[in-house]
Amino acid sequence: MVTVFIPAQLKELTGGITSVEVEASNIRQVVERLEQLFPGIQQRLCDGDDLRSGLQVSIDSVMTSRGLIAKVQPGNEIHFVPAFGGG
Amino acid sequence: MIKNNGNGEYRVLGTRPVRHDGADKVTGKAVYTADVQLPGMLRGFILRSPIAHGLIKSIDTSAAKATPGVHAVITSADMPDVGDKIADLGEGAVNLKYLSGNVLAQDKVLYKGHAVAAVAAVDIHVAEEAANKIIVEYEELPSVTWVLDAMQDDAPLLHDDLHTDSMGAKSENPSNICTHMHFEKGNIEDGFAQCDVVVEREFKTASVHQGYIEPHASVGDWNEDGRLRIWTATQGSFSARQQTAEILQIPIGDVVVTPCEIGGGFGGKIAVYLEPLVGMLSKVSGRPVKISMTRADVFEATGPTPGSYMKVKIGATNDGKLIAGEAWLAYDAGGYPGGMIGPGCMCVFSCYDIEHAVVDGYDVCLNKPNTQAYRAPGATQVAFATEQLVDEIAKQIGMCPLEIRQLNAAKEGTVRVDGPKYPPVGLVECLEALEESDHWKSSLDGPLRGRGIAAGFWFGCGLKSCATVTVNHDGTVNLLEGSTDIGGSRTSLAMQLAEVLGITSDDVNPMVGDTDSVGYTDVTGGSRVTFATGLAAYTAGRDLQTQMISRAAEEVWDCSPDEVTLENDGSFTHNGESKTFKELASQLFKHGEPLVARAAVSPENPTNGFGVHVADVEVDPETGKVTVLRYTTIQDAGKAVHPSYVEGQLQGGTVQGIGWALNEEYFYHDNDTVANASFLDYRMPTMLDLPMIDTIIVEAANPDHPYGVRGVGETPIVPPPAALANAIYNATGTRMEQLPMSPPVLWKQLQSESAEA
Amino acid sequence: MANKRHVSTTINGEPKEFLCAPHESLLEVLRDNLGLTGSKEGCNNGNCGACTVILNGRPVDSCLVLGVEVEDAEVETVEGIADRNELHPVQECFLEGAALQCGICTPGFLVASKALLEKTPDACEHTIRYNLAGNLCRCTGYDKIVRAVQDAGKRMAESN
Ligand code: FES
Ligand code: FES
Repeated sequence: MVTVFIPAQLKELTGGITSVEVEASNIRQVVERLEQLFPGIQQRLCDGDDLRSGLQVSIDSVMTSRGLIAKVQPGNEIHFVPAFGGG
Repeated sequence: MIKNNGNGEYRVLGTRPVRHDGADKVTGKAVYTADVQLPGMLRGFILRSPIAHGLIKSIDTSAAKATPGVHAVITSADMPDVGDKIADLGEGAVNLKYLSGNVLAQDKVLYKGHAVAAVAAVDIHVAEEAANKIIVEYEELPSVTWVLDAMQDDAPLLHDDLHTDSMGAKSENPSNICTHMHFEKGNIEDGFAQCDVVVEREFKTASVHQGYIEPHASVGDWNEDGRLRIWTATQGSFSARQQTAEILQIPIGDVVVTPCEIGGGFGGKIAVYLEPLVGMLSKVSGRPVKISMTRADVFEATGPTPGSYMKVKIGATNDGKLIAGEAWLAYDAGGYPGGMIGPGCMCVFSCYDIEHAVVDGYDVCLNKPNTQAYRAPGATQVAFATEQLVDEIAKQIGMCPLEIRQLNAAKEGTVRVDGPKYPPVGLVECLEALEESDHWKSSLDGPLRGRGIAAGFWFGCGLKSCATVTVNHDGTVNLLEGSTDIGGSRTSLAMQLAEVLGITSDDVNPMVGDTDSVGYTDVTGGSRVTFATGLAAYTAGRDLQTQMISRAAEEVWDCSPDEVTLENDGSFTHNGESKTFKELASQLFKHGEPLVARAAVSPENPTNGFGVHVADVEVDPETGKVTVLRYTTIQDAGKAVHPSYVEGQLQGGTVQGIGWALNEEYFYHDNDTVANASFLDYRMPTMLDLPMIDTIIVEAANPDHPYGVRGVGETPIVPPPAALANAIYNATGTRMEQLPMSPPVLWKQLQSESAEA
Repeated sequence: MANKRHVSTTINGEPKEFLCAPHESLLEVLRDNLGLTGSKEGCNNGNCGACTVILNGRPVDSCLVLGVEVEDAEVETVEGIADRNELHPVQECFLEGAALQCGICTPGFLVASKALLEKTPDACEHTIRYNLAGNLCRCTGYDKIVRAVQDAGKRMAESN
């Protein structure tokens, strides 16, 4: 099980639920499980076969640019956060 | 001065060798883009919009084309249609339609200075004269340059197909608001209910420019073999290659970008402006073409970092614990959607452990050039707000401003408002260093003098980097890497390689390759080069050593590789026999294949740079002028590879922050055109405006780098406006709610407050 | 092209002749006609100092001087500061003191500093800041530049 934190802007789709535990081994599966639980959430997080541009995933506070193929392990905490670069 | 936490003994790191490109840069030999000369090269000039907002009804280029000496004239009609496609540029994604529209306006001009047509001719004067013969008919539209005005329903709309994106949901009606972001942590009502003291203020900050001294310049040569060669002033040659290929709709492998020496960037030389134009002009004319922007072009058509409106509220208990924070932020996007609001939201409370928080952020189109990153993009504005409110709370509860920061400082495990927790970070160490500093311990006497402190944060990113190491006969090495060198990074990378291999910095010849010769490397930005490309140099060094161990086993010592030991000083030993790196390398060279090593890395974690600044000021009540008497910048560098260049980053960033704080701003005429597009009227700090900038480098190792390196480039611009505002408050008792805190602004505020009193 | 003027002058100690149009600035002539691209253009209107050269012993912004004005003059540019392979003390001190980052302002600072130190080798911090205020640097915050100029003054005094 991994813990997925729902971005505040998507709470409208989860009835106010802020985090859920799902069974998954990568981010693609995380999104699929979320979609089963909260229909409509996938298209808010993804654009076609990729994470929506401007979003990135943090797994146990480690940012990853691997998007949907990033692997997750039991006990991981997952956040979807804005991508940032820098000057 | 360096405070080391004792993590390791180094031979090369921490020393201050002369940079490898130094001699070229003090003799005038270094080649910047404007210095490139090619046989038959033409010069280009860009015709720009004289108005802030309007429809292009028609463009007549016939007179320009007929001018003797003119070889090409192009408008957006000559550019390929890129469609509505998102391109991922590594450091961020961008819609090509917008990128291309910013390079050459399509049916609309969105700000004064927006490029409308480009001319290539035998010299710059002919090109300029011909460009001025182009007749453009505009239908002028109402314009808007203040972010809150641009958010109104009845505001002039810049793009009628732009709908507000709220994490994937689109607004029904078109709007200038490109993006709405929203973050929550804890329970904000409960949070504020627990507070004994709550402070809330509104702030606004003006648009400022990165102010690099080298204007943008590019040279393009569309070769007969169909390949486009570009020489350009860019922070990222691969990013420039990709943007150029996408805008011109040609295969990426047909473009080769050679990064020239670059005269400053600070985030403003990542987006392309000129590269596609010199490419297209070269294609049309069959000759190489160079365009250098004028300084007015630079101010009017590139850069600025977002102006902002911010409303921030923070609550605390009487014992100084920050409990709740709320922020509502609106940032300029410029003519096209921007990218600074995300980090703005994530940074507004990033220095503190605040249990309950809500942040709303809006990215808003208005009639200014498309905003660009500027050192810690989005973070300086919010620090100006938050750091003043923290001081205000301290004042109300009678606590020292340092103590309240120490009490609430973010540390390992602190959860930021966007969710992730920090790994080990160095804010607490920076605050400790401040407490122990001579500056903090010194007294500041005299009327209208005050001292202020502020903290700041920037993520620092990893991204992709490559490095190749080749070994010469004598055991010296060449390091080929792809990070354009803006401030001495060749040397900080060479030093990391030298450290691994047990040789000196001078034994390494670093070189920045073009996009054909080096592996993909992301932009020089995000405080990433010394960290991520440094990691590539380190890893390539390790690869080289691994090869040398097995070759030494096979070719020198006739043993198995695990019987060869790599010593800490980089030498190789077997059975009591020892060879230095150079000895072994030349021996292997003589009797076998040349040695080549490589590395490709993409470290993904932010390096999390924290800094704390302290400023002493004196305010002249007659003029409102603020004089900075003394300034100290303290920052966690993880490990300072070349301390002089770390200090230089701290000092340079700090002074940019001081300029942002006290003087810099765009002025607009009533018709929303820029009124001060020159260095005379856009007043950046000169030498005479400043004291020495003292630095204290804290070294709290970054667990994600073998030497503990953190990015340092961006954080130092974040605290100065807030530190100076706090100092001004302590000098005068007046709270500054706008940037810049220029003499007229401060003078008026002091006048009206003394009239009230 | 018809109205180009012929100009004879001395640049970095060597006699030079060139043709230039009356409106061309000395900076343009140096960079485009003579290939001396060490002098940089930051603003082309006298506000950044990146184009500083020494004209008859005085530092000037070469973007504000016309090419035709240097007839019979002595011009010194960044390319002429080093003595063959020997760097001048101000060049050495800039390198040792890390007084440059991107380096685009450096030629102007070197030329202006040399002009100042030749008159006032013991210039104090304020004198340096006052005299070099016309040279902008966006990278360094000036701290290391001021120190490098001070060090160079000391080194020049020692070697005299
Ligand atoms: S280019 Fe001459 S002063 Fe700026
Ligand atoms: S070193 Fe870059 S402007 Fe001075």
